[in-house]
Amino acid sequence: MNEATALTKDLNLLCQHAKALRREILKMLTESGSGHTGGSLSAADILAALYFYKMRHRPNDPLWRERDRFVLSKGHAAPLLYAALALAGYIDRGLLKTLRSIDSPLQGHPSSKMLRGIEVSTGSLGHGLSVGAGMAFALKKDRKKSKVYVLLSDGELNEGSTWEAVMFASQHKLGDLIAIVDYNKMQAMGSTFDTIDLDPLPDKWLSFGWNVKEVNGHDFNELFKAFGSISSNSNKPTVIIAHTIKGKGVSFMENKLLWHYRPPDENEYRTALRELSK
Amino acid sequence: MRNAFFQDLKNIALTHKDVYLLTANLGFKLFDDFRAACPEYFIDVGVAEANMIGIASGLSQMGKNVYCYSIIPFLVMRAYEQIRVDVAYHNLNVKLIGVGGGFTYGLEGFTHYGIEDLSLMRSMPNMNVVVPADIKEAKQLAGISYDFPYPLYIRLGRSGEPPVHSEMPKFRIGKGMILSEGKDIAIFAVGNMVYQSQQIIKSLGKRGISVTLINMHTIKPLDVKLIRECASAHKYIFTVEEHTVNGGLGSAVAETLAEYSFKGKFQRIGIPEKLKQVIGTPDFLRKQYGLTSNKILDKIIKKIEKD
Repeated sequence: MNEATALTKDLNLLCQHAKALRREILKMLTESGSGHTGGSLSAADILAALYFYKMRHRPNDPLWRERDRFVLSKGHAAPLLYAALALAGYIDRGLLKTLRSIDSPLQGHPSSKMLRGIEVSTGSLGHGLSVGAGMAFALKKDRKKSKVYVLLSDGELNEGSTWEAVMFASQHKLGDLIAIVDYNKMQAMGSTFDTIDLDPLPDKWLSFGWNVKEVNGHDFNELFKAFGSISSNSNKPTVIIAHTIKGKGVSFMENKLLWHYRPPDENEYRTALRELSK
Repeated sequence: MRNAFFQDLKNIALTHKDVYLLTANLGFKLFDDFRAACPEYFIDVGVAEANMIGIASGLSQMGKNVYCYSIIPFLVMRAYEQIRVDVAYHNLNVKLIGVGGGFTYGLEGFTHYGIEDLSLMRSMPNMNVVVPADIKEAKQLAGISYDFPYPLYIRLGRSGEPPVHSEMPKFRIGKGMILSEGKDIAIFAVGNMVYQSQQIIKSLGKRGISVTLINMHTIKPLDVKLIRECASAHKYIFTVEEHTVNGGLGSAVAETLAEYSFKGKFQRIGIPEKLKQVIGTPDFLRKQYGLTSNKILDKIIKKIEKD
C-alpha cells in the first residue's frame, strides 16, 4: 500500500518538498496568467508538513475511510493544494499546467467534484471551519480516529461565520479538529493590522476554549512540535497560529501586497526559480 | 403541520441511525420528543444559521442524513451562500426545513415573513423545493424526504392548517397533484393556497366555470408536462401562492407557458411587490393581500369578465 503517511522526520526531504511545491505554484501561475501567488507561497511549508509528514492518507485510495481530512478553507490558495496533490500522487503532475484554463479540473478555486483528493469545494471565505467541524462531529460520533485539518487565512477570520464555528467546536469538544491559521498578516487590500486587526489572536482563540499553538509557519521543527503536542484524547479543538510571510521563498514577492493576486511574468518566474533552486 | 412532520421524523430517526436534526435555536417544545428519543442526533447549534449549514454539509459528507430547521428568512436568507456552496453545489443529502411560509408569523412583523423563499431556493442549482398543502402531506414528506438523497427545501406552515385531503394522498416529488378536473380554467396552487382554492370550485361552478385544480406542491423540479397539458386544455390559467408574485410558483408557471407559446390568459395571484406596513394574524394579512378564498374568487371572475 503506497501510504503517503510518510512519517519521516527528514527535514531535508520536507524542505525539498516545500521548495518543489513553490516551484510548481510559480510555474502554474506563470502559465495560467492569473491566480493567488502570495497566499499560496505562505502556506507551502504547512501543506508540506501535512501532506508529507502528519496526515494519514492514501493517494492511491483517496476515499480510504480512515483517512484524515484536509479542508482548504482559504480556497484561493488552490495552486498550492493542486501542487500538493500532484506531488503526493493524487493527480498527474502534467495536469498542473492546465490551471485555470478552459475545461480544466484545476479551477480557480478547488472543486471536490473535479479532482481526487479534494475533500470540500471552497473559494468563499468563512465556510471551511464549519464544514470541518461537521466532519469532526460525525467522526467523533462514529468513534473514528481520523483528524480534520482546516487551513484558514487570516483575512477570513474577519468572517463572522468562522467564529460561529469556533464556538461550536469548543462547545462540542471536537478534539480532532485542528485549525491552522496562515497568519501572513496581509489580506487582499492591505495589512491585517490596518484592515481588521486580529491581535491578540492567540488570546482570542484561548478565550473561545481552544488549545492554541503559536509557531513559525516556515519552521518544520516548530510545526512538528505543534502537531506532536496535540493529544489524541483532547476534548478541546486545537488551533495552530502559523506566523508566515506572504510570498515566502521569493525575495521580491515577500511581504508585498502586490503579489496577493498577481502571477509572475516569464522573467519574474525565471528569477524566482533561481532563488528556489538554491 | 410541523408537529406532524417532526413526529414522523422522530420515528424514522429511531430506526435509522443516520438522521441528524439541527436547529438554530428555534422550535421550543417542538423538538422535545425528538430530543428525548434521539438526544445523540439532535444538535442545537445556537443562533448561528450559517454555521448550521456548514455543520450539516460536513455531517452529510460523512454519510449522515441531515435536517436543518429554522424560521424561513433566517434559514434561507441568512445562510443562503452556505446553502449554495456547502450543500447545493456539493449536491448533498441535506434537508432544509423552513417554517413559517407566507404570513405564518404575521404578528412578528416583516423580519419573520417567509415570502421570497420559493424564488430564492428555486433559482439555486441542485436545490429541490417542496411545499406540503396539509398535515397529511407533511407527514408523508417525513418519510419521502428521508429517502431523497439530495438537497431539499421544505416549506412548512406552523399549525392549524385545514385539511385538503380526506384520505392519504399519493405525494410524489416533482408530480403535481390534480385535485379536481374541469375544462375552463386551471388553477395551480401551492401550500395553504391549495385549501383556499378548493373553497372556490363550487362558487365558480355555479357561474358555469369548471375548474381544474392542481396542488403544485413541488416548485422544483417543476412538473412542466402537467403545465403544458393544462395549457392545451384550458383557456385560463391562474397561479395562487402566499409568496411574492416575483419568482415563485407564478413565475415558474409563466416561464413554462411562455416557452410553450400559450395562447390563453394567465394571471398570477400572490403577494404584490409593494407591502403594506401592517402586522396582523395570518388570516388578517391574507385578507389585506387578497389571498382569502373570496378574494381569490373575485380576482378570477374579474379576469374572466374582462374578456
